Amino acid sequence: MNIELSKKLLDQLINLSGKVSDKLGRHITLMEVCGTHTTAISKSGLRGLLSPYMELLSGPGCPVCVTDQTDIDRMIAFAGLPGVVVASFGDMIRVPGTNASLEVERARGAHIEICYSPHEALSYAVQHIDRETIFLGVGFETTTPAVALSIMEAKALGINNYSVLSVHKLVPPAMKALLADPDLNVDGFILPGHVSVITGRKAFDFIASEHGIPSVIAGFEPIDIMEAISMLLKQIVDKKAETMNGYTRLVSEEGNIRAKKAIEDVFETADASWRGFGPIPESGLVFKKTYADFDAAIRFSVEVPYALPPEGCSCGEVLKGKIKPDQCPLFSVVCTPSDPIGPCMVSSEGACAAYFNYGDEE
Amino acid sequence: MTSQKNSDIILLSHGDGGILTHQLLEKYFLPSFSNILLEGLTDAASFPVRQGKMAMTTDSFVVDPIFFPGGDIGKLAVCGTVNDLAVSGAKPLYLTASFIIEEGFPIIDLERIIASMSQACREADVIIVAGDTKVVGRTQADKIFITTAGIGYMLPEADLGYNRIEPGDVIIVNGPMGNHGLSILLERQSFSFDTRILSDCAPLNILTEGLIKRFKGIKFMRDLTRGGLATCVKEIALSAKADIRLNEPDIPIDNEVRGITETLGLDPLYLANEGKFLIMASSEEADSILEYLREDLCARQSGIIGHVGTGKGNVYLKTALGGTRRLTMLTGAPLPRIC
Repeated sequence: MNIELSKKLLDQLINLSGKVSDKLGRHITLMEVCGTHTTAISKSGLRGLLSPYMELLSGPGCPVCVTDQTDIDRMIAFAGLPGVVVASFGDMIRVPGTNASLEVERARGAHIEICYSPHEALSYAVQHIDRETIFLGVGFETTTPAVALSIMEAKALGINNYSVLSVHKLVPPAMKALLADPDLNVDGFILPGHVSVITGRKAFDFIASEHGIPSVIAGFEPIDIMEAISMLLKQIVDKKAETMNGYTRLVSEEGNIRAKKAIEDVFETADASWRGFGPIPESGLVFKKTYADFDAAIRFSVEVPYALPPEGCSCGEVLKGKIKPDQCPLFSVVCTPSDPIGPCMVSSEGACAAYFNYGDEE
Repeated sequence: MTSQKNSDIILLSHGDGGILTHQLLEKYFLPSFSNILLEGLTDAASFPVRQGKMAMTTDSFVVDPIFFPGGDIGKLAVCGTVNDLAVSGAKPLYLTASFIIEEGFPIIDLERIIASMSQACREADVIIVAGDTKVVGRTQADKIFITTAGIGYMLPEADLGYNRIEPGDVIIVNGPMGNHGLSILLERQSFSFDTRILSDCAPLNILTEGLIKRFKGIKFMRDLTRGGLATCVKEIALSAKADIRLNEPDIPIDNEVRGITETLGLDPLYLANEGKFLIMASSEEADSILEYLREDLCARQSGIIGHVGTGKGNVYLKTALGGTRRLTMLTGAPLPRIC
């Protein structure tokens, strides 16, 4: 990070923020949709620095956080099957299910491998043909292409002990669900950079054209985020609404065509249940028939009763920007990163974890 | 089963106290660890004591992988125990070393570990005066576990304790944060980064002894192992019932470590170190302490990273941008990011 440049930009941003809130005669409310932005904003201290001028709310952009309770229970049930190795990104390991977590199951003897990529899970399967490796497909457009490629590779190589539980989700449909909420009170959106690399800028055009709310796609350095906020403020004060690209070094209009094709080859859209939102039309990805052999949900039948999030857990309200993490009655009282009640406190991209770990001065 | 000769690997009989145990001792352990207290091969080492206070500590080492860039489990087992004594204000003298070895462990690896322990002992000017070897069946332990205990005497000049920490004191560290933890993580996951991060594993006692003898203003020291700098500072703040403020741009972090941890979503302030410690000292002596530290090869990048204020045990980090955020203790293992 170029500190001098960042500080200069911060001064300009604070100056502009003051002018805009004076002109509007009120605080501005922006939502950072992506959990990585939430973390970056908290970690860099931007949230505190900008708090006199604006409210920065967290949105639904943390894939672990929006995973439905029943899906979490299904993952934990898989871990209990004999001869099965559950391979997962690290973030999922400590997420509490109804009765246990993968971490607890591992301590009880379940075989759980932490992977940094689906390819690593596939390699594990290839090296351990006596076991079934199930990869937990949790993620947005960013991670899904690599999962799709791992499945295509498994099919091409005739590997039959690798499968994926797809709880992949799509961000634009979630934005639509969010925008359909009449109580939503947001002046502008900071849109996810990594997701947009895949989807392209155009995928978010509807936010401006159908809802008249300004939005800007942002990168993840403090300087990127400050730049995106400046672009939003200028739109707000000019009474304009556009979906702008503030991350042009990586995000194009159409996105990554090859990555999108990989997703489309293996998966098709379906309704999916999101924590806090409930079912959102066409917001999930399920296996196409041609790849059904690699669908862990088909290959392994486990009975998982429908489950609701733990009582009192307000992750859903946090994900919809209705409350800030520290407004949840459980926050830091009974729900902490070491003893979490909801996934938002566990995931490294979770809003509650960001507020807990990188909170402002008391 | 294997083309290796019996003599190339550890067998269960190497731990039964019989002839093979003796051969193992005579051939591998004694030549490297040789010293007058050990050579008697009595059930216990006896040595004279001096007046004043003694200090004792113990630690177990189960690191995976056992060999990593910049060190191995043996070096770690010596440095870890030596450093615990060192930052307590003691001069380490004698160590014990107990080995739990998995059946089938290559003797060549054991030799490497013994050689490295012996080298670390020379660097730290300590000797191993007692030890034990047990062999367990395959899968009953993961390759090799080592437990060391250490004893030393408290340096008469040492006056260290939470109770001495007061507002205005400064916090000094002796070099960049996170190298050991990241080195281990990269080895374990076999990422294909071009850069090799070396563990900072090193004995600190020569340095700490010099410091304690020279500077009365040193009030507290702590090695920055598991949980990293952030966890350690938080513990100190809570125990000293004071707020501690760190200045992010002043915390030394190697560029490679910064880049890789950013990519993996890790925070170097929470990664373990094995050759780093922090000093809480009065601000009057800070400059001379730094000058002394920087003369040492292991402490060239020493710096003041923060100061103590009044409060109840909060730790605040002033970010490069000028914002302020809280630091808390590490929870769970450092995990990769998902997207």
